[in-house]
Amino acid sequence: MAIIEAHDIRKSYGSLEVLHNVDLSVGEGEILALIGPSGSGKSTLLRLLDLIEPANGGELSVFGIDTIADRGSWLDLRRRMGMLFQRPIVFNSSVYDNVAMGLRYRHASGDDIDRKVKEALEAVGLSRYIKSRALDLSGGEQQRVALSRVLVTDPEILFLDEPTANLDPTSTATIEAIVTRLNREASMTVLISTHDLLQGQRLAHRVAVMIDGTIAQTGPSREIFYEPKSQRIARFVGATNIIPGRVVSRSGEFTVVEARGKQLLSLTPPPAEEVEMIIRGEDISLHRREPGHEEAENRFPATVTGIEPTAPFVNVTVHCGCDLAALVTARRAETLGLHEGMEVWVSLQAKAVHLIPRREH
Amino acid sequence: MVNGLSESPIVQGLIEAVELIITLDPQVVEITIRSLYISLAATFFAALIALPIGALIYFYEFRGKHAVVSTLQTLYALPTVIVGLLIFLLLSNIGPFGPLRLLYTPGGMIVAQTVLIIPLLMGLTVAALSGIDRDKRYTITALGASRLQTVMTIIAEARFAVMAGVLLGFGRAIAEVGTVMIVGGNIRGATRVLTTAIALNTSMANYSLSIALGIILLGVALGVNIALSLVQRR
Repeated sequence: MAIIEAHDIRKSYGSLEVLHNVDLSVGEGEILALIGPSGSGKSTLLRLLDLIEPANGGELSVFGIDTIADRGSWLDLRRRMGMLFQRPIVFNSSVYDNVAMGLRYRHASGDDIDRKVKEALEAVGLSRYIKSRALDLSGGEQQRVALSRVLVTDPEILFLDEPTANLDPTSTATIEAIVTRLNREASMTVLISTHDLLQGQRLAHRVAVMIDGTIAQTGPSREIFYEPKSQRIARFVGATNIIPGRVVSRSGEFTVVEARGKQLLSLTPPPAEEVEMIIRGEDISLHRREPGHEEAENRFPATVTGIEPTAPFVNVTVHCGCDLAALVTARRAETLGLHEGMEVWVSLQAKAVHLIPRREH
Repeated sequence: MVNGLSESPIVQGLIEAVELIITLDPQVVEITIRSLYISLAATFFAALIALPIGALIYFYEFRGKHAVVSTLQTLYALPTVIVGLLIFLLLSNIGPFGPLRLLYTPGGMIVAQTVLIIPLLMGLTVAALSGIDRDKRYTITALGASRLQTVMTIIAEARFAVMAGVLLGFGRAIAEVGTVMIVGGNIRGATRVLTTAIALNTSMANYSLSIALGIILLGVALGVNIALSLVQRR
């Protein structure tokens, strides 16, 4: 069952359009990661879904209630959800009073507040700071205070807006562990926005990619990584090679694509005649001698034209009609004895060559 | 040289001033207490009026809000003699409030200083509330605050900034000469305050009393500043 159902959402600030044509459905108990570059509208979308501000158009239902028709329900609905922001936000009062805020808004009893606040601070490892002024804590600790402040209210949906963007690894790990546990044990629905692809992959059941104010692709993270629907998505998920080509024939299950006189095999059925081949750098292997056919369907000689260390990997550019960027481990580069101008063999599996229709820009 | 220095009227005045303060000279004490009383009362009444209106200006969207805030900011530097003149005319026999008989009384001076610092307090209240950033307001909303709870939380969060504004208002009130001179009339034993007493005694070459009162005024200003920095550090 969908707990959040958004359709054709639009949002502008003055003449600046931030969101358009946003369709999103989130299942109960799901962790969905919203990934995308800065400024793509992730934070704005989370605020609209959390009913912090209204959209300019579209349909939005939360917990099965049509929020556009029923504006009077917003406060009640909002009290069933919680949101953690990117910047650690604490108020000028004690850690205890900070964590108690949401419960006091809900008119919880004093005993209830006391018990829940203590439990929550225990869970994030901040019990000893209960009487401290929240502003005196470090950024990571403040963010943990902010997280407990949200969690004491037992939200059914938790929104996390780049919650660990500026945090130290320990605080990040604490927050990630808590989120995963709550989802598993309390089946809390979680929407997390992040520009950290790995975090998205680590935590989420499903990933939605936001580009330029709309959701460009939704699916399991594997699919987003290996089968991006567009060049922008491919770039964002770190596909280093985007090569224009033309489908020339089909050979069995393979599609034959020609680019600058070189033919490559792909397992993607031809999406159009003019295509773009998307190849991840780590899928390209380099060898000193011609590899056997069991290695990969695509094998061809090439010349090394550039080596750029990005420890613990090395970015190697090879030329073979077109330029390809391969990502090899530093150790492998050493074993191969790579240097500029060197002749190498390239092997590339057909399933690592993903095809998308080419769009002229 | 040493002899010449000790005979200088300034040094003499300084020594006598310290004596006046240490011995708690009745005239000095009386003027100081009156000054504090008038300016504290004015600050209290101004806060009573300016804080709620400042909050209303911040929380309600209306046409011309920007113009109102700009006007308030312009009025921060309202010349004290203009306010003095205005209140004088209003309280004098020819003015509408003449029958209240407030002219040349401490009450009239409180009215004048209240009017003087209301724009400052109102403007600084708006500024203090605006200092609560967008993310904090989002957080309050996201935590499930109702409209009234949101207002209360924002005011509580801005309390130190608001308090700093009130202190600045008091500082402006106690240090000004213009309104208290015109509206109070600097009557000995009745409406004479620190600033007007300094002005008068200096023109009468009564330097020691002027310096003594000046030291006290500086001390008050220093106290306000210390309180201000304590508040702003929160």
